[in-house]
Amino acid sequence: MYDTIIIGAGMSGLAAGIRLAHFDQRVCILERHSAIGGLNSFYRLGRRNYDVGLHAVTNYAPKGTRRGPLARLLRQLRFAWDEFSLSPQVGSEIAFPGVRLRFSNDFGLFESEVVRHFPRQKDNFRRLVAELCDYDQLGRAGTGCSAREAVAQHIDDPLLVEMIFCPLLFYGGAREHDMEFGQFSIMFRSIFLEGLARPLVGVRLILKKLVQKFKALGGELRLRAGVERISVSNGSVDKVILDNGTELECRRVLSSAGWRETMRLCDEVNRPDEHPAGRLSFVESISILDAQPRVLGHDRTMVFYNDSDKFHYGKPDELADARSGVICSPNNFAYGQPLAEGVMRITALADYDRWAALDRQSYQLAKLRWYDRMVASAVRFVPDFRSAVVETDMFTPITIRRYTGHENGAVYGLPQKRYDGRTHLKNLYICGTDQGLVGIIGAIISGISIANRHLLEG
Amino acid sequence: MTADEIKLAIIDILSDIAPDEDISDLKEDVAFRDQLELDSMDFLDIVMELRKRYRIQIPEEEYTELASMSSTVKYLEPRMRDVKQ
Repeated sequence: MYDTIIIGAGMSGLAAGIRLAHFDQRVCILERHSAIGGLNSFYRLGRRNYDVGLHAVTNYAPKGTRRGPLARLLRQLRFAWDEFSLSPQVGSEIAFPGVRLRFSNDFGLFESEVVRHFPRQKDNFRRLVAELCDYDQLGRAGTGCSAREAVAQHIDDPLLVEMIFCPLLFYGGAREHDMEFGQFSIMFRSIFLEGLARPLVGVRLILKKLVQKFKALGGELRLRAGVERISVSNGSVDKVILDNGTELECRRVLSSAGWRETMRLCDEVNRPDEHPAGRLSFVESISILDAQPRVLGHDRTMVFYNDSDKFHYGKPDELADARSGVICSPNNFAYGQPLAEGVMRITALADYDRWAALDRQSYQLAKLRWYDRMVASAVRFVPDFRSAVVETDMFTPITIRRYTGHENGAVYGLPQKRYDGRTHLKNLYICGTDQGLVGIIGAIISGISIANRHLLEG
Repeated sequence: MTADEIKLAIIDILSDIAPDEDISDLKEDVAFRDQLELDSMDFLDIVMELRKRYRIQIPEEEYTELASMSSTVKYLEPRMRDVKQ
């Protein structure tokens, strides 16, 4: 009999597992795949390591910082700051036609860029920042208030509005065009006020640390252990049944598989669809270069680009949307030593259904075609790196679906979050993307806070 | 446990929770909240660590007794007198 069974060995599940195992619970994490990480995973191809998932860790805070999400999670999980080996970004920008706003982990740069390009918005921008600094830090408020409406109350230049929304939607927008103001505040703080960082060896380092700690505390991790169903009797979970027929008894279940995915696992009568699935997915091209991007004239960490004054964040009318995207160069963080090879990752919005409808051959062809289109679009905003490319790969909404199990390959999950983590069953809870917090730090905090709130009692 | 042993136990818990902090500099009478910027999640952890390590149950309405080192030791002393290290 386990005290808690956790479904999914991603950031949130592992973090929750550490909390519970630390306080002497008997915990088992079940992971369907042979690799951990979920949305933030990695793979090896042609002797190279590739990251799937997020480009960077947001919510960066330098060593010695005692406040904010990063400091909080380090204390909760008993990590020293150095263990995550975070190197800060060197500097990023938001690029629209004719205007580029640079930002770094020093908020003063972003503020001065806004004032320089939008002098009339100076006070408006400061009022907006003041308002969102006061907003509930854990994002539990869930007021449902539109961020577009809230921002429009302060800023009346539509171009600046689009430029602020562009990186925030790309890095956490679960619904089209807009987001909840609470979510917006969290995203704004995590990217602009706190900032971006990355470990030299990639996000896998953080996963490795989490797994090591979980196991050292006596936690059990089962890979290739997909959950077939959650058995329910008298309004509560009594056991979890694996794909191979194994039955595991437990007092409680914490699922990071997603809200709808978790509901589908419950073996009672079908529940009505309270929450529609997310529709937004992404495609990403990865280019390996024979030179460091800096040598080719590219010294930005991220470039969020859009080729008109209006930013369209929605499900595209074709396989992907090449009008806008995120260019990430993992080389351009302030590491102590350079990465072995140059890398450019370009991410754009994509339509899961169109990718899913392709047969095997058309799928391969579409990957090649869209690699070319996305790179051609991106090099309008960064130096043309195409002559330096030695290897390429693409991941699509199909890949995301495979790694995360999210319906529609919806990276950021449900548009409507479940902030309290509760379900219709008294001993089944959810954490992770659909609970409400996104990003690497957000996911870890999600696991910690749901474990603390519901699973550490008694 | 004596008052000194309790103090060492608390220092051990705090250095576990905040490994980057130099706990040896801790001032006895200044609140942990002000010195280490501990939040409510961290206070809950001190309580839970005491329960885990020494089987000491602290009721929620008495969490405020754990504000600083001196108040914590004073509060715990009678409760941990019979606890063996």
